[in-house]
Amino acid sequence: MMATAIRNSASRGTMMSRQISGLRSMSSWWKNVEPAPKDPILGVTEAFLADPSPDKVNVGVGAYRDDNGKPVVLECVREAERRIAGTSFMEYLPMGGSVKMVDETLKLAYRDNSEFIKDKRIAAVQSLSGTGACRLFADFQKRFRPDSQIYIPVPTWSNHHNIWRDAQVTQKTYHYYHPETKGLDFSGLMDDVKNAPEGSFFLLHACAHNPTGVDPTEEQWREISQLFKAKNHFAFFDMAYQGFASGDPARDAKSIRIFLEDGHHIGISQSYAKNMGLYGQRVGCLSVLCEDEKQAVTVKSQLQQLARPMYSNPPLHGAQIVSTILGDPALKGLWLKEVKVMADRIIGMRTALRESLEKLGSPLSWEHVTKQIGMFCYSGMTPEQVDRLTSEYHIYMTRNGRISMAGVTTGNVGYLANAIHEVTKSS
Amino acid sequence: LVIDSMASSMLSLGSTSLLPREINKDKLKLGTSGSNPFLKAKCFSRVTMSVAVKPSRFEGITMAPPDPILGVSEAFKADTNELKLNLGVGAYRTEELQPYVLNVVKKAENLMLERGDNKEYLPIEGLAAFNKTTAELLFGAGHPVIKEQKVATIQGLSGTGSLRLAAALIERYFAGAKVLISAPTWGNHKNIFNDAKVPWSEYRYYDPKTIGLDFEGMIADIKEAPEGSFILLHGCAHNPTGIDPTPEQWVKIADVIQEKNHIPFFDVAYQGFASGSLDEDAASVRLFAERGMEFFVAQSYSKNLGLYAERIGAINVVCSSADAATRVKSQLKRIARPMYSNPPVHGARIVANVVGDAAMFNEWKAEMEMMAGRIKTVRQQLYDSLVSKDKSGKDWSFILKQIGMFSFTGLNKAQSDNMTDKWHVYMTKDGRISLAGLSMAKCEYLADAIIDSYHNALLYWETPIEL
Repeated sequence: MMATAIRNSASRGTMMSRQISGLRSMSSWWKNVEPAPKDPILGVTEAFLADPSPDKVNVGVGAYRDDNGKPVVLECVREAERRIAGTSFMEYLPMGGSVKMVDETLKLAYRDNSEFIKDKRIAAVQSLSGTGACRLFADFQKRFRPDSQIYIPVPTWSNHHNIWRDAQVTQKTYHYYHPETKGLDFSGLMDDVKNAPEGSFFLLHACAHNPTGVDPTEEQWREISQLFKAKNHFAFFDMAYQGFASGDPARDAKSIRIFLEDGHHIGISQSYAKNMGLYGQRVGCLSVLCEDEKQAVTVKSQLQQLARPMYSNPPLHGAQIVSTILGDPALKGLWLKEVKVMADRIIGMRTALRESLEKLGSPLSWEHVTKQIGMFCYSGMTPEQVDRLTSEYHIYMTRNGRISMAGVTTGNVGYLANAIHEVTKSS
Repeated sequence: LVIDSMASSMLSLGSTSLLPREINKDKLKLGTSGSNPFLKAKCFSRVTMSVAVKPSRFEGITMAPPDPILGVSEAFKADTNELKLNLGVGAYRTEELQPYVLNVVKKAENLMLERGDNKEYLPIEGLAAFNKTTAELLFGAGHPVIKEQKVATIQGLSGTGSLRLAAALIERYFAGAKVLISAPTWGNHKNIFNDAKVPWSEYRYYDPKTIGLDFEGMIADIKEAPEGSFILLHGCAHNPTGIDPTPEQWVKIADVIQEKNHIPFFDVAYQGFASGSLDEDAASVRLFAERGMEFFVAQSYSKNLGLYAERIGAINVVCSSADAATRVKSQLKRIARPMYSNPPVHGARIVANVVGDAAMFNEWKAEMEMMAGRIKTVRQQLYDSLVSKDKSGKDWSFILKQIGMFSFTGLNKAQSDNMTDKWHVYMTKDGRISLAGLSMAKCEYLADAIIDSYHNALLYWETPIEL
């Protein structure tokens, strides 16, 4: 009440404003705002940066590092930037983003000479990397299928839950990771797919599942596709690692190609964060395969309608880099080489880590380290073991035991293996 | 083939299929693996067959309405008349009507290229150097709210993205609170609050009788709003009218907002671009900061640094304590993470580089003065042309009183239509013209068009005009 009276008198002049400030803190609008919990993934890097230890190792966030532990900007990206410099008028992109970039991106996912591209059946917009694509799709799902739910694998990238929650789409889960085998719980997955109501929406990781690194085999994907057909489910693919997983973009898109061959009308989120190293540029694409061109135009208009009140139109620079690279055969060839180098290095580190652990005489099986694929390895370590790795060895990773293999180098793999062995040998 | 009456309203056979497209033409795959009876076969005759088929998931989706502003540019492009003039565009143009990339932006980009900056993820809140810079530009470096760390600033996707973050925060922590937006306002404001599920209503702003500010109406509507409402204010260069309150009026607006315990919410899209001075254009925001109020400010660098395409802006929340600011910042991050994870780095680096270097900062200020100066000059030229050509004695001085990229001409829809249909002048139907798209060379032509439309449009068109 006193605060109110003082506020009223303040309206008669500004002289009391300084005295007001202190009192207003009693009646701040923001009393009910709690501090948000730290983001589990990005919080790891913050903690790593704050650690003064010279031995510290960051195998937390999923950003590629070279064998010296340094971030990498691809040569094809540098060259693209040199070509782009000074050429842009900085004008707004359309709401759906760069047409050229989107066209090239669809070719990667759907195949160069895809009939769906030729027939213009794909509603596609440039998005704010993979996150933005997933969010646009979640909002689209909420708006046009408000009663639908999204089935999300257990486990998944933690931000998937945030995305569909903020879009206010009900979430359900399906079995995915099998802790005993550290592999795929295929029968659990198929049971959940079968038991879901007909016409359910499923989130699938196209390749290099995050966080487990566990992917279905090609045969398993075919079975999943057939069951989806029988149940008329909608498949939404999050493809964040095309090319980055096996080194071969076509191979990494196999799951999607199977579903397309089988006639599914799918949705895809694509990201260039990892495979082109464009993390901070936020470049990606959301596509939805429709019945025909007319429907694709309609769906695209609605996707744009969702983007407009979120950011109006997407950023240009990253899109220009992508279309410059993919639109030039030589640069595209260079990119394919560079993405294979990254994938090969990670595959090499998997082998090195596994061999080191076996040489140390670990009582556990580390076969999964080389069976899993992509940036991440689900080590099977418990949160308590992870905490020990951090507090005793200054090794930073997410508490679900996920190791970002991109952070492993020939320089630190021995240290990492030793630390893991120490905290797990008695389990 | 099963004909299902429910599905008979479905399309005749077309290109869609639940079957592999490369099936043998003489083979129908009925009942593959699962027991789905509703399969659609490819028909190669011209006979239309209704077949049972699962309706598309997207069947009920209708075409989104065309964007009212984009439509103007499209129509302009399609017009072959050589006199055509595009005054719909919301982006700065030079006297030659070309887009303009600021020299400092080119310099900053070259610097970044030479340095070989990496492309790592920014933190969720964006580039620290940018956040520091943007708050200082807004409030003035060394301002108490900054020194005392009472501002929660996070990088956003230009003005739109920053507004959306704030709207989401309002929805989350102020259930039921309403936002009041000016009548009229930028078309996307209501979309942002709608999609964020924040209720809104309008306060009177534009007075068509004076082609000026309906100040009494504005104050009355703000007073009438339920206590604790959010009041969306344009910091300077009101879009679409170009009509700003005077300094004295701003004081009264602050009074009534404080009186009603409302929360001001500034949209600052033209700082430096309106008057040519960063400080002058921030006067309204700084007045409120002086009052010790808690409020929001969304910023954009689209116009003042010409960084339209790179989507760079910020949301600032001025709080009464550093603790509150910390908490608010953490919750803004929590809203951003499931939207885009972290903001794009390119535009943020450009801003930080430009402002961080004294020479470039000065050069930027000079370029901003030049852009604002050109707009002021065409305003004057347009006014002079109108006054010299129009013998009716109509008062055209509102053109000079307005500020920024846009001008509300006072023309109604029929008159605006006449501008386009007869004079090939493209503008939005609310009578708004973009002075950024006007050259000195075209002022006389535009004056002719405006005079004709104002006086004679009602004679040309038979449909009754709603005034």
